[in-house]
Amino acid sequence: MKKSKRIAKYIVPVVIVLVVVLMAAVPSFTDPYKVVLLRTILMFAILTLSWSLFSGTTGYTSLATAAFYGAGLYTTAYLGDKLPLPLIVVCGGIAAFVLALLMGAITLRLKGIYFSIFTLSSVELIKQILHWYEINIIGVRGHYVTRVNDVTVYYVLLVITVLLMLTIYLIKRSRYGLALSSIGSCEEAAAHIGVNVVGLKVLTYAISSFFIGMAGAIMATAMLYIDSYVAFDLNYSFFPTLMAIFGGLGNILGPLVGAAVFTYLREILITKYPYHYMLIFGTVMVLTILYLPSGLIGLAQNIWKKLTNPAPEKGLKTEGGKHADTSC
Amino acid sequence: MQILHVEGLTKYFGGLAAVSGVDLTVEKGEILGLIGPNGAGKTTLFNLISGTLVPNAGKVLFKGEKISGLKPYVVCRKGLVRTFQSCKIFPEMSVFQNVLLGALFGAPEKIAWKKAAEVAEEAIAFTGLSAFHDLPAGSLTLVNQKRVEVARALATKPELLMLDEMMAGLNPTEVGEAMELVKRIRDSGITIIMIEHVMKAIMNICGRIIVLDHGKKIAEGTPEEISTSKTVIEIYLGE
Repeated sequence: MKKSKRIAKYIVPVVIVLVVVLMAAVPSFTDPYKVVLLRTILMFAILTLSWSLFSGTTGYTSLATAAFYGAGLYTTAYLGDKLPLPLIVVCGGIAAFVLALLMGAITLRLKGIYFSIFTLSSVELIKQILHWYEINIIGVRGHYVTRVNDVTVYYVLLVITVLLMLTIYLIKRSRYGLALSSIGSCEEAAAHIGVNVVGLKVLTYAISSFFIGMAGAIMATAMLYIDSYVAFDLNYSFFPTLMAIFGGLGNILGPLVGAAVFTYLREILITKYPYHYMLIFGTVMVLTILYLPSGLIGLAQNIWKKLTNPAPEKGLKTEGGKHADTSC
Repeated sequence: MQILHVEGLTKYFGGLAAVSGVDLTVEKGEILGLIGPNGAGKTTLFNLISGTLVPNAGKVLFKGEKISGLKPYVVCRKGLVRTFQSCKIFPEMSVFQNVLLGALFGAPEKIAWKKAAEVAEEAIAFTGLSAFHDLPAGSLTLVNQKRVEVARALATKPELLMLDEMMAGLNPTEVGEAMELVKRIRDSGITIIMIEHVMKAIMNICGRIIVLDHGKKIAEGTPEEISTSKTVIEIYLGE
C-alpha cells in the first residue's frame, strides 16, 4: 500500500513532464490538422482546469466561464493590432480577472443554485449589452481579427496550460488550498475558525478567470471575425463544467483527462456521425454521470487500487460525514 | 474582569423577536451556562455574539471593544470562537487538517505553517484525539467528532470559547469525559459560555447560569439559585 503510494507520487509528475515535452514537439512531426485538434484540447483543458480550481474545490458551480473567455476574445478584438502578442494575452487575462472580481464581489454571497443561475445569466447580459452597444453606439457589429498562425497559438496555449497547472499545484499545497477545500466542505465552520471566506472565494474566482481570459485572448487570433454572439457563446460555460465532471473532480488530472477525451470524442463523433453525434454524445454523458460519479480518473483509481491492493481493508469506513450527525 | 459584555441585544426574524433585549456579562475565567426551553433563543444569541447574525439592536463588547456587526472570521481572530449544535467538521479531511485549519487561520496574526502544526498537535493531544490523528474526521464517532470541533476551536487560541450543546447525544460516560474536558479548558485560562440541556453537567461545572425564555432573560444566578427558582422550575425544569 505504502509502496504503491510512493510510486504514484513520482509517476504523476514524471508523466506530466513527459507529456508536456511530447506536446511541445508535436508540431514538428504531425500534420496541421492534429495541431489544430490539440490546440482545441489545450484551450478546453485551460477552461476546465480553471473552472475546477474554483468550482471543483469550493462547490460553487460557476457558469460564467463564457463571460471570462469572451472578455479575453474581445480584448484581442479591440487591441489586436495595437500591442505585441504576449501583452495582448496578458491584457485578456487582466480583463477577465477584473470582470471576475466584480462578479464575485456581487454574487459570491449567493449560495448553490442561485449563484449558478446568476453566473449563467451574466453571460447573456454581457452579450446583449455588447450587442446593443455595437449596433446603437458605434454602429459596427463585431470585429475582424488579424490571424496568427496555428503553431504559435498552440505554443502560447501550451505555456498557459503549464503555468496554470503550476499555479494550481502551488495553491493546492498552500494554506489557501486547504482553506478553499474547507469552504467546499463546510463554509460556515470555515468562517468561524478565521477563514475570510468571501475574500478567498472572490480572489480565487479572479485568479482562475485570469487564465480563462488569456486563453480567450490567444484563441481570438485563430478566428477571423468576432462579435458578441461568437464570443459569449454559452457552450464555453457548459463544456468545461461537463468536461470536469467527465474527467473527475478533486484531482488536477481529472479536468485534463476530461477535456482531452471529451474534445477528441466530440471531434470524432462530429466527423463520423454528423447526424447522430448529439444522440451518442448525450448517451455517453448520461452513462458517465450514472456509473462513473467520480469520472474517468475515479475509474482509473479504482482499477489501480484493485491491482495493487487486491484485498480491500475492512472495518474502518472512511466515507465522509455519514457516520454521525453532521450538517455540512 | 469582564471579558464579554452584551447590552440590549435584539434580533427579529420577521415579526418574531428571537432574542429580545438581552443583557449579560461574562467574567474572565468563569464557566457560564445558558439554558432554556427549545426555541428560547440560545443559539440565536450565540449567532449574534459570534458574528453569524447582525443584531437589530444592542451591542456586543469583547474585551471592551465593540464586535457586533463584524464578520465571523474577524471575531474569531480577536479571540472569540464558537462550536455548533449540529457538529460542523470537515468530514473528508483528516483530524489533523481540521485542527490545523483553526491554527492557521484563527490566530490573531499570520502564523508560520510549522508553528501552526505544533499548535494543532497540542490541541489534538489536549482533547485526546491523538489516536485518530490521520483518519478522516467524518469516520469518527459523534463524541470524537465533537472533540475535533473543540480541538479546532482551541487551535485558534481563543480567550472565550462558546460551546453549543457539546453534550447532546452523548452517553453518560461520554458526558463525564466531556465535563472533564470543559473543566480542563477553563483551567488552561479560557473563559467558557455553554448552551446545554444536560442538567447534570450544567449544575456541576457552571459557576453561573442564565435562563432564557422566548428570547428574554428570565433568571440569572448560581446553580443552587437556579435549581430552586420558582420561575425557572415552572418554565423549564418542571416539577
